[in-house]
Amino acid sequence: MNNKVLIIITGAIVGALAVLLVISGNPPNMGMCIACFLRDVSGGLGLHRANTVQYIRPEITGLVIGAFTTSVITREFRVWGGSSTFTRFILGFFVMVGMLVFLGCPLRMILRLSAGDLNALVGLVGLIAGVVLGTVFLRKGFTLGQAVIQNKSNGYLFPAMFLAFLVLLLAAPSFVFFSEQGPGSMRAPLFISLGAGIIIGVLAQRSRLCLIGGLRDLILFKEFYMLYGFIAILFVALAGNIIVGYFNLGFAGQPIAHNDGVWNFLGMALGGFGCVLLGGCPLRQLIAASEGNTDSAVTITGLLLGAAFAHNYGLAASPKGVPMAGQAAVVIGFVVVMCIAFFNVYYNVKARKSSRREVAVSDGN
Amino acid sequence: MEIKDARGLACPEPVLMVKGEIDKLGSGIIKVLVNTVAAKENISRLAKNQKWSVAITEEEDGWLITLTK
Repeated sequence: MNNKVLIIITGAIVGALAVLLVISGNPPNMGMCIACFLRDVSGGLGLHRANTVQYIRPEITGLVIGAFTTSVITREFRVWGGSSTFTRFILGFFVMVGMLVFLGCPLRMILRLSAGDLNALVGLVGLIAGVVLGTVFLRKGFTLGQAVIQNKSNGYLFPAMFLAFLVLLLAAPSFVFFSEQGPGSMRAPLFISLGAGIIIGVLAQRSRLCLIGGLRDLILFKEFYMLYGFIAILFVALAGNIIVGYFNLGFAGQPIAHNDGVWNFLGMALGGFGCVLLGGCPLRQLIAASEGNTDSAVTITGLLLGAAFAHNYGLAASPKGVPMAGQAAVVIGFVVVMCIAFFNVYYNVKARKSSRREVAVSDGN
Repeated sequence: MEIKDARGLACPEPVLMVKGEIDKLGSGIIKVLVNTVAAKENISRLAKNQKWSVAITEEEDGWLITLTK
């Protein structure tokens, strides 16, 4: 199939399913959100105790099952890893902090926009700024290094872990948390959530949909391809929201959002900056981890821990706004991610210079 | 003929690597090894946009992309 057609179809289906999930019970403007749902999973497992955002979202397991199965069938399941693994973990951590200050990943940002939430437009500007900042370092030679082929068994752990989470959800032992109020209590029926996740997982695996990649490739290569997916999500979800009466244009009173422009901008800028260095948005990381990329699997655990910290230490935003601790965390996040980017480039340049000087350099690393 | 090894690199490094070669050479042959479908497709798309012809062969742990112009 023509790739452009595939990415547009993927975007359209993601947009339609997102609206369907909200109609079926998911939180408003949150039919699908990788950051929010990983936060809910983190809470469902009891890693944080914010009692409004605890639920082992079956959408996430669905995405993993869909992408894993498709990659196995198409022989694209390849187990690689071992490039700057701990750095990815730290980046994942701060990406989540930034996104929980904005209240959504790039996917939810589009969905919020499609429901008329103009704060998401501020987030988009922040995301673009973050991506631009990241590409500056990419152009200067930022690299997380080359991954290597790993034993195939490594690749099965990530899908197995999310399958185990699904079992925990179904078995509901007493140590698993289920929110009784707030967004975590708003859930589409399990089969719809799981089914929608699987469908999006299959399509995202086939089309390589990546919302960070879309902006990044536009900036680096003037390449529009990935943005067609973006635009398709926006328009189909917009049409859906208007039809079902969820469209409400404005800044104030938007569901599960705040209208503090500065922190919407900075939160998403931190998320965008970190994601460019990681090579993809949270959705893409999840799909890549399901396809056997164990570095992406570590990134997801970084996101999960970031969410746990964000809620245990009161960093995450709420409709009331962004707490002081959250503002400080975003500033710290910028410093950390900036240091990671700067020193990576610094040592790369230094290594290149010294390898040019020493002719007989041994390959002993 | 040197084969560029872009295996194990995250997006968009394989494409940046190839773009650097395309800009440097202008025409000729570029061979690059990749291990992810995303890299394979992104490189193919970039090369086609720059009017290079693309041939792909499957290798044991990835794909060998040969670009010619």
